[in-house]
Amino acid sequence: MARVFMKGCEAIAEAAVRAGCRFFAGYPITPQNEIPEYFARRMPEVGGKFVQGESEVASISMVYGAAAAGTRSMTSSSSPGISLKSEGISYCASARIPMVYCNVSRGGPGVGSIQPAQMDYFQATKASGNGGFRMLVFAPSTVQEAVDMTYQAFDYADRDRNPVLILADGVIGTMMEPVVLPEMKSEEEVAAIKESKRKWACVGHPLDYKNRAWIEPGQWSTIVQQQKNEEAAALYESWEKDVRVEEYLTEDAQVVIAAYGISARIAKSAVDMLRKEGKKVGLIRPITVSPFPYKAFDRLNYANIKAVLDVEMSIPAQFVEDVKVGVKERSPIQTCLCSGGNIMSREKVIEAVNSILEGK
Amino acid sequence: METNLCVAGFGGQGVMTLGKFLADATCNSTDKNVTFFPSYGAEQRGGTANCFVVISDEPIGAPLGDVMDDLIVMNGASLNKFLKTLRSGGTLFINSSIVKGEIDRKDITVVSAPVTELALEMGNAKVLNVIMLGVYVGYTEVIAPEIVWNTIEHKLAKKAKLLPLNRQAFEKGLEIGRSQKI
Repeated sequence: MARVFMKGCEAIAEAAVRAGCRFFAGYPITPQNEIPEYFARRMPEVGGKFVQGESEVASISMVYGAAAAGTRSMTSSSSPGISLKSEGISYCASARIPMVYCNVSRGGPGVGSIQPAQMDYFQATKASGNGGFRMLVFAPSTVQEAVDMTYQAFDYADRDRNPVLILADGVIGTMMEPVVLPEMKSEEEVAAIKESKRKWACVGHPLDYKNRAWIEPGQWSTIVQQQKNEEAAALYESWEKDVRVEEYLTEDAQVVIAAYGISARIAKSAVDMLRKEGKKVGLIRPITVSPFPYKAFDRLNYANIKAVLDVEMSIPAQFVEDVKVGVKERSPIQTCLCSGGNIMSREKVIEAVNSILEGK
Repeated sequence: METNLCVAGFGGQGVMTLGKFLADATCNSTDKNVTFFPSYGAEQRGGTANCFVVISDEPIGAPLGDVMDDLIVMNGASLNKFLKTLRSGGTLFINSSIVKGEIDRKDITVVSAPVTELALEMGNAKVLNVIMLGVYVGYTEVIAPEIVWNTIEHKLAKKAKLLPLNRQAFEKGLEIGRSQKI
């Protein structure tokens, strides 16, 4: 397959179209505007629908509706926009609606800076809305990964009848990189996917009142609510098999970097530079940040390790809380952080690793 | 082998387009890895704009490095902002129509081209970026000039009447770039 040179946001949108996404509703916000812009142009070409909603809440609610009717559906936004959508995301999780959304995150709470950052880790992995629901959360570190993850996200969403989140940042969203695009699903395949949802989705059940689809986000009896929560918990337990992680040169490492997304990519190149100097440095990169690959930290050889170095574009550090759970106090943990829209630098990572190796 | 390039100037000088042409050409016609990362304010014209292009035989770690191998500056403000990021032994490409005065470093090579004036002589100030792209490609030979030209031709397919002018601009740049090689 030929490589094409694409901007991250546009590549994400194209991957969704190729996965059979035929409904997108969104509301503009930097740095993800190229996602709705691309859908606006592309959807009419494939018989899909694009709507620029009057607000974030309207957009996510439209996605709830379209996905409940069996259509592969998506929305996207950036940090404060995702906060506004969290009501609808929680409703989708409660009603077990399969949908995909992408957060091209910003640099802080409130409005936040528009430059790249990783400030939404807790929101993405722990509480994307009320009610303790969980999602599969994928954290791409290249545009190619963002494409592949978005394409697969729809399959995961349909399999689980649950929202799936692509957690990106302003570098992944705005940079251009060569990508190999996945195969375009045919009209027949897209129709078959929709038809396969007939047993639960509101696809139309004329004159069959008893077997009509019924989708609701709550207001159940205590008995039913507990039962639904137990079903959801069982689903989340089953995700152990979906954990994805990259373990890079960790076997003999004296310093193991833990990082995800764009920070991990930058950290990995720092590892390569340090290895060339003969320094024993490795990397653990969670590819799914929910479920988190805690077990990767059990595979480390702690006898060699001077410290685990958490590298993230978040101040205060957030991802480090999961790293702590993984490390279980078997090694000291240090941090290398930047935030607010400042992008992690290789030199800063190298400096942090060297200061650990020198025992500072 | 990895080349880190920063292109910087005013918004409206075609800084992003210059970087994109180079990166796109690399993607289309080589096996190399390449990234393009833009950085700009809300302005379409004026303000500062810069982009980072990384071309590498290995997978690319940081889409914007801390240290540049090559730096293209289209105005004085960009020189002041980015000169310190250029590594020792690196190459600085300056738009000498606008960037005047001594360059305050002896450890780098300076390639200068009066691209604003040349573009005006050609009758369209907007082609200054294509001239500079020619200078860069002619000097560094980072990829073959034909590949870059094919990409420009492809990207301007809908504006075919601009092709001769752009060809002239690109050729002029190549000539200047090649002539300044040691």
